Amino acid sequence: MTDTRIDRRMAKLKAESRPALVTYFMGGDPDFDTSLSIMRALPQAGADIIELGMPFSDPMADGPAIQAAGLRALKGGQTLKKTLAMAAAFRKTDDDTPIVLMGYYNPIYIYGVERFLADAKTSGIDGLIVVDLPPEMDEELCIPAIRAGINFIRLATPTTDDKRLPTVLKNTSGFVYYVSMTGITGSALADTDRVAAAVTRIKGHTDLPVCVGFGVKSAEQARTIGACADGVVVGTAIVNAVADVVGAKGEITADPVGAVTTLVSGLAEGVRAARLAAAE
Amino acid sequence: MNQPAMPNSFRTGPDEQGMFGIFGGRFVAETLMPLILELEQHWNEAKDDPEFKAELSALSTFYAGRPSKLYFAEGLARHLGGAKIYFKREDLNHTGSHKINNCLGQILLAKRMGKKRIIAETGAGQHGVASATVAARFGYPCVVYMGATDVARQSPNVFRMKLLGAEVRPVSAGHGTLKDAMNEALRDWVTNVEDTYYLIGTAAGPHPYPEMVREFQSVIGTEARQQIVEQEGRLPDVIIAAVGGGSNAIGLFHPFLDDKDVRIVGVEAGGHGLDGIEHCASMNAGKPGVLHGNRTYLLQNDDGQILDGHSISAGLDYPGVGPEHSWLRDTGRVEYVPILDNEALEAFQLCTRTEGIIPALESAHAIAQAVKMAPTMGKDQVMIVNLSGRGDKDVHTVAKTMGMEI
Repeated sequence: MTDTRIDRRMAKLKAESRPALVTYFMGGDPDFDTSLSIMRALPQAGADIIELGMPFSDPMADGPAIQAAGLRALKGGQTLKKTLAMAAAFRKTDDDTPIVLMGYYNPIYIYGVERFLADAKTSGIDGLIVVDLPPEMDEELCIPAIRAGINFIRLATPTTDDKRLPTVLKNTSGFVYYVSMTGITGSALADTDRVAAAVTRIKGHTDLPVCVGFGVKSAEQARTIGACADGVVVGTAIVNAVADVVGAKGEITADPVGAVTTLVSGLAEGVRAARLAAAE
Repeated sequence: MNQPAMPNSFRTGPDEQGMFGIFGGRFVAETLMPLILELEQHWNEAKDDPEFKAELSALSTFYAGRPSKLYFAEGLARHLGGAKIYFKREDLNHTGSHKINNCLGQILLAKRMGKKRIIAETGAGQHGVASATVAARFGYPCVVYMGATDVARQSPNVFRMKLLGAEVRPVSAGHGTLKDAMNEALRDWVTNVEDTYYLIGTAAGPHPYPEMVREFQSVIGTEARQQIVEQEGRLPDVIIAAVGGGSNAIGLFHPFLDDKDVRIVGVEAGGHGLDGIEHCASMNAGKPGVLHGNRTYLLQNDDGQILDGHSISAGLDYPGVGPEHSWLRDTGRVEYVPILDNEALEAFQLCTRTEGIIPALESAHAIAQAVKMAPTMGKDQVMIVNLSGRGDKDVHTVAKTMGMEI
């Protein structure tokens, strides 16, 4: 068992008997300062864990919303170095909320794995989700990350059958991210009974918390998913809230921090009501 | 830079993890992993199955028209002076390029796996046409992803795909070229994992694709090696092929890799020149990185963001290259050189005038390299150029560069 901010936060929420609200946003969308303000507002609005998106030019597992957010961020000058700087800036005022970096491998590979892990550690990063590094490629980043004391969080999907689950779970720590459907981010939500069955199935193989994502957009959905999982991941809905206040030329048309806060507060209420609903 | 150790044979890769040295691998989302493992298992069974081989061989002969001819391009050779130039006539295959070799192999595999739907990416449209062709022949619905820029510059092929019953989905992300089409095809695959077979057109992507596509394309080199011995009584001095993703090139090169006296030259798209970013010479001007399921040489910036590149030839307009080529580059077995847009256009015209053969712009890059090398070689020396496809699809593009609208 590792001991990171993620582990401590998950243990605390378990004691409170409520699921975690895991919020994804794209680092640097639409620019560094706005994005940092959004990040700082997330815990206040009810986010328990922050997933900080690292933009990539070719996000092959993402839908149109996150693709566009990544391109806005890159256009705004975001780099991996700046994403790490954003986490470090956040840590100056918040030393408790876990930060998970999420993205694709190439920018990390080009940055240099050892240098990246050292800089991530000093920037206060607690975990990594790297979409295009399956267990077969664990030597690349997963094993070095574990050695550096950073959780490597793996995605399990509906195609991950019982035979494959142990392989997927082997070097996973922090939590397991169950992708509730096959497809790209931002797609429609899967049937909740099937999600509940899948969470139960995964829990048969691991003691790690299981968070569920892909398709959660509303407080009601957050409540339903939260009833059967240890955490609810929301990404595309938050990214869309930012997109809605960015004009065609990249100009900001309304308060992005306010838009994200309103959305996340609602989602947090949903998540907090989840176990009450389950107990009814 | 660490120089990889010289292997005893260059023909044994990849290893069990799908690696050619540091290149290749399986860098894909977890959703796809079970499929890729399933594909690998079926491929391993199929490649040694006499029934599979017999079915592929019969289709290659009677449907695709193999073996393709090895033709002495006397007119071009006389014009240039120097080496004897042979063309491996993949342009004479059914559908007009080498792409059919791979498509026939993979459609048989899809059938074996019980898949119900075919998806493919295409740049120039040659692979899209070949995919649509085999899908029509075997009765599968087929969706082809094609960059919006390529849809515009390769309109004859778009129409051919539609005639064949395929649905062509234009992709407007990025520069709207092959890279973007491949992203979108991967997204489709992640979404429709249950019933869909992804028919990758080049020797790139996650393992086992680079190996599998190479094996289906190696028929080019296997035939050429036998044919040149029959016609010249010896092996060639030089073999040349254009490299985008690199499937026609690896197909020609692989059977010759252990013939130490055969010089092997791969031609990358030099676009407007290697000084700027308007080219697709990933092995001459890029560095190793991870994209589309494999580690290979890529055009990218210092932050690891992939660049779009440029080539007059849609089929070479890709910022990466198959992983085996990256390994062959680093081991030094194959030389990779750039040819500029205007050099390829000149070779296109020259080949058309001296041989009465209109080559694809991709193949024109290989011919342009022959134009450079042949005059420096002796009259008793022999060169094979892979004429990977015919140029009918490119006449609009070429006309435009000549200031004409047709």
